[in-house]
Amino acid sequence: MLVKLKKTLLDPIFNNNPITLQVLGICSALAVTSKLETAIVMSIAVIFVVSFSNLSVSLIRNYIPTSIRIIIEMTIIASFVIVADQIIRAFLFEISKQLSVYVGLIITNCIILGRAEAFALKNPPLQSFIDGIGNGLGYTLILIVLAFFRELFGAGKLLGFTILPINTEGGWFVPNGLLLLPPSAFFLIGFIIWIIRTIKKDQVEED
Amino acid sequence: MLEQYLSLFIKSIFIENMALAFFLGMCTFLAVSRKVETAVGLGIAVIIVQTITVPINNLIYINILKEGALTWAGLPDMDLTFLGLITYIGVIAAIVQILEMTLDKHFPKLYNALGIFLPLITVNCAILGGSLFMVERDYDFSQSLVYGLGSGIGWALAIIGLAGIRERMKYSNVPEGLRGLGITFIITGLMAIAFMLFSGIQL
Repeated sequence: MLVKLKKTLLDPIFNNNPITLQVLGICSALAVTSKLETAIVMSIAVIFVVSFSNLSVSLIRNYIPTSIRIIIEMTIIASFVIVADQIIRAFLFEISKQLSVYVGLIITNCIILGRAEAFALKNPPLQSFIDGIGNGLGYTLILIVLAFFRELFGAGKLLGFTILPINTEGGWFVPNGLLLLPPSAFFLIGFIIWIIRTIKKDQVEED
Repeated sequence: MLEQYLSLFIKSIFIENMALAFFLGMCTFLAVSRKVETAVGLGIAVIIVQTITVPINNLIYINILKEGALTWAGLPDMDLTFLGLITYIGVIAAIVQILEMTLDKHFPKLYNALGIFLPLITVNCAILGGSLFMVERDYDFSQSLVYGLGSGIGWALAIIGLAGIRERMKYSNVPEGLRGLGITFIITGLMAIAFMLFSGIQL
């Protein structure tokens, strides 16, 4: 039992990562990663929503009529997103301004609906909850890696603290401004996928 | 007056392109861009749904959800903005469903062409994103109509462009690990840089 739960938790982080293998939920992964701080807040919100929506869907899975299941799942997810959105607005107002519409867009983040459809509808509550956390962590891993590189080499900072003193402020580091711009996120994800698929040959696509 | 709408229209297509500047609708953007034909179908479906949902959500926001909007009902202190998310997604899901049934009944040919894409659109973040940007930027009804149309066209333009490039990619020798998804990300990045050229334009 424990071994199975551990597999449910760890599998989506490394072997079956929702972003790099399943290509789900990348909209927000690209948009909120120019700073580490926003990426962390966004990840926590996603872990919260995906784990609790999985739990709720799993609890009522035997009572949901198949024909209207999508709309029920959407309602559950939207309710949790509203809770997350209101909490972020109340306690982290500055960050909520930077995240702008992307917290609301967690609703249409395909990871969440995808897990509800593919896992929570068929499995008992505890496993679904763990699966939600695992997928949330898989998403977090990619987000943090992206934000780490973008903030460190784009602005010379991490979480707002100067790590590499940049040349405009008297330091020695010449920041790469491209990393702060939207397109760099595409390149970085492309390279991450390249690295992962070079190590794990079985994930290579025949195209 | 007219220039204001024209500038909003151009801005929402090129400068603030939904897919390439805000990364919205990426899941479908990458998954359904293997062929130009399907990309055109999905693009048209997005334009139609976006042009309908953004103005309708705008009406709901201004007349019901906005702070003080319920004054006519004797509830001047009511602020229902926290219900926004669940309302917009409900409206989008309902409109997609109605559109699907109407097309099926009256325009079977169009339905056959677009049918499979319509359900996908409910969970396309570009559609919900359009409504959320409309709220954030406080557009009025006519502005939201123009914005809906413009952002839909912008998204369609981007996906058709990507599909065109991907069809040509068949003839190139891509490194093994990059095949499929990896190279698509990098192409999209290059397209995004190309679209950034427009950002200097002042209208």
